[in-house]
Amino acid sequence: MKVTGAQAMFKALEGEGVDIVFGIPGGAILPAYDPLLDSSIRHVLCRHEQGAGHAAEGYAWATGKVGVAIATSGPGGCNLVTALADAKMDSVPMVAITGQVPTPVVGNDAFQEADITGITMPVTKHNMLVRTPGEVAEAIREAFHIASTGRPGPVLVDLPKDVLIAETTWEWPENVDLPGYKPTMKGNLRQVRSAARMILEAKRPVLYVGGGVIKANATKELFKLATDGHLPVVTTLMARGAFPDSHELALGMPGMHGGYAAVTAMQKADLLVALGSRFDDRVTGKLDAFAPGAKIIHVDIDPAEIGKNRQADIPIVGDAKDVIAKLHAELKRLQEEADGVPDRREWHATLKDWQERFPYRYDQQDDGPLKPQFCIERLYEHAQDAIVVSGVGQHQMWASQFWRFEKPRTWINSGGLGTMGFAVPAALGAAAGKPDERVIAIDGDGCFQMTAQELATSTTESIPFVTAIINNAHLGMVRQWQELFYEERYSQVYLSYDVPDYVKLAEAYGAVGLRAEHPEEVDAVIEKALSITDRSVVIDFRVDAKEMCFPMVPAGASNDDIITGPEGLRPVNDPAEAPVA
Amino acid sequence: MNLHTISVLVEDKPGVLTRVAGLFAARGFNIDSLAVGPTNDDGLSRMTVVVQVDRKPLEQVTKQLNKLINVIKILEHEPGEAVERELMLVKVKAGGDDRQRVMEIATVFRVNVVDVTRNIVTLEATGKPEKLEALLELLRDFGVVELARTGRIALARGDKGIRERSMKRAAGAEQVEHWSGGSV
Repeated sequence: MKVTGAQAMFKALEGEGVDIVFGIPGGAILPAYDPLLDSSIRHVLCRHEQGAGHAAEGYAWATGKVGVAIATSGPGGCNLVTALADAKMDSVPMVAITGQVPTPVVGNDAFQEADITGITMPVTKHNMLVRTPGEVAEAIREAFHIASTGRPGPVLVDLPKDVLIAETTWEWPENVDLPGYKPTMKGNLRQVRSAARMILEAKRPVLYVGGGVIKANATKELFKLATDGHLPVVTTLMARGAFPDSHELALGMPGMHGGYAAVTAMQKADLLVALGSRFDDRVTGKLDAFAPGAKIIHVDIDPAEIGKNRQADIPIVGDAKDVIAKLHAELKRLQEEADGVPDRREWHATLKDWQERFPYRYDQQDDGPLKPQFCIERLYEHAQDAIVVSGVGQHQMWASQFWRFEKPRTWINSGGLGTMGFAVPAALGAAAGKPDERVIAIDGDGCFQMTAQELATSTTESIPFVTAIINNAHLGMVRQWQELFYEERYSQVYLSYDVPDYVKLAEAYGAVGLRAEHPEEVDAVIEKALSITDRSVVIDFRVDAKEMCFPMVPAGASNDDIITGPEGLRPVNDPAEAPVA
Repeated sequence: MNLHTISVLVEDKPGVLTRVAGLFAARGFNIDSLAVGPTNDDGLSRMTVVVQVDRKPLEQVTKQLNKLINVIKILEHEPGEAVERELMLVKVKAGGDDRQRVMEIATVFRVNVVDVTRNIVTLEATGKPEKLEALLELLRDFGVVELARTGRIALARGDKGIRERSMKRAAGAEQVEHWSGGSV
C-alpha cells in the first residue's frame, strides 16, 4: 500500500495505540494535519506549544501511557523545549513530533528553521531527524519504545516537510532493533538477598520511595513490602500517592519543605532503602550531613543514578516492580525463618512521637486573613478523590503537605525542573486522559499567568477542570527567600492581587470565575465550583501574602537544621551565610 | 586529574559525535583528543576519547554515555593494558645545515620524511604519545611551522574484542553493580 510520510505518521501513531494528541499546526507540519482528518486520533488544539507539551506530560502522568505533542518547525519546536526538559527531569514518557523545513533547505536558514534535534539533544532521552518517508513508521515505533521503557523520558521525532509529502510503501516494523538500548529490568537475585538480609537486621529502617515506583506501577508491591516488613515509608514529591498517606507506616514527604518526621526519620535511620529515588538535593539537603548513620540500598533502573550522589552499600539495577516483588518475597522468607518481624517498637514509637509533636500547621483566625493552607485543606475535604495538579512554588509545597494522597497517579507536578506554569496545561492533559475523574489544578498566581491561555483550549475542546489559584499577589517562594535570607529586601516579587482580575479572565475564556477572600466564604465557593462539571472553573483564593512555607531546611543546610515554623527562625545578617539556591 | 583513554563503540548515525562530545561538555570536561573512524562491523564506528578528569566524575560520564541510545559499548583502558598509538604530521624549519640534523632525528625516531623543500622538512610520525612528545620537544629547537595530530587510538591487549569485554568497573567501587551495560 502506498502512503505519504504524513499518512505513515498517523498509521504509526494509531499502531502505538494513541487516542489523543496535543498540538498546534504550522507551515512545515501542515502535510500531517490533512491525514489527521481521516484518523481515529483526537487532536486537542492548544494555544501555545509549551501548553501542548505540558498537556502531553499531564496525560502521561495521569494515565501511565505515552503523551504526544505535535508542533511545527522553528518556533513551534522551540516552544516545546521547556516541556521536554521537564519530562526529562521527571522521567515522563512523551513523544514530541515536530515539522521541519524540507530536507534540501535544511541548514539553509530557511523560514521557520531551527536545528531542533540539536537544540533538544540534552533535554530528551533521544531524538531523531527522519530523512525518508520509508523511515517514518520505524522512527515513531522506536520513539514510543524508548520513551516508555527503561527509565521513561521524552523522545523527539523531527519530520521534514518533503518527507511528510513523499510517498512510500507502508510497512509496520514488528520489532524494534536498537542494539545500544537494553534496559536492565530484572534485579540481581544475589543482591536482592543481601538487601533483604540488611533490611531484616536494621534497627531503624526507612523506605525512601521516589517517582520510579509510580512509573514502574509498583505501588502494590511496595504496599506488601512495607506492611509485611513493617517498614516506615517516606514518599518524595515525585512519589506522593505511591503509598497511602492514611496508613500508620506513612511518614509523608521528606525534603526541603517535608514533614519533620519524614526528614528526621531519614536523618536518624540506620538503613535507607531507596526505591526509584535519586538522592536529589531538595531531599538530601547538605549531602555530607544527610542520613549520616544510614546504610544505603539503592534500587533504580538507571545505573547512572546509583552512586551519583550517595554511595550505595547494596546497589540493585532493575525495574522497581521486579525488584520490590523479589525483595518482598525474600524478606518474608527471612522473617519466617526468624519467627516474625524484628522488634522495632522503639523506632516506631519515636516516629509516632515526632508525627504527633510536629505536624504541618498553620493558624487560620476566623477574622484574620485567608490562609493558603486552609483553602487547600478545605478543597481536600470536598474533593478527596480528585487528581491534583500543581505548579511550582509555595502552593505546590502546601498542596503536597496538606492533601492526603491514597492512590498513585493522583498527584501531578513539576518536580525536577521546577517549571512554573506547569499546572493549567498539565491539568488539561490529565483531564483529557481521565475524563471521568475530577481534576483540580492548585496553582499560584505567578504560575497561572504563564500558561493561562490553555483555559481557552479547555473551553473549546470541552475538557473541564478546576483551577484553584492560591493568589498571594506575589512570586511567593521568592518573596519568602527574600524575607528570610535577604533582610526583607523585596525585589521584583510583587504581582498584584487584582491585575489581572482572575474572575473576569476566567469568564473571558469561557470558564466560570469565583472568588473567596475570607475564611467563611471558602466552603461555599468550593461547593459551587465542584457543582459545575460542564466547563472549567477558576477560583481566586486571595490569601495572606505574608504566609510562609514551613517546615524548611534552608538550601545548603543540613537536614538536622530543619526549621519547623517561623518561631524557629534566626536572622541571617551576614550575606555570606545566606543559602545558595 | 588524570588522563583517561576511553573507547566508545557507536552506531554510525547522524549526530552521534555531537551526542558523545556534548555529554563531556555538559559536565565541564575537557576532551584532550578525540579520534573517530569505521570498524570491522558494518554500521559501527569507534571513538577514542582522551579526557582529563577525576575518577568519580569519569564514572558518572561513562554511565551517562552508556545511556545514549546509539552507544553500543564503552571500554575504559587502564594504563599499560592497552596498545595506544597516534599519528602526527609536522612541518619543521630545516634550511641549510639544519636539514641534515632534522633528518638524523627522523632516523633515530624511525619516522618518515614525507616532504622536503629548500626550507622545510615534513615528517610523519607514528607511535605512543610519549614518543611523539619527545620528538616534538627536539623539533621545537628548529621551529615547528605546522602540526597536525590524529588523536590517540587504542586497543585493549589480549584475546577479546571490545564487544566481548565486560563494562569496566570504577576502581574503588565497593560493590559490583550488576547490569548489562545497556542504556536505560
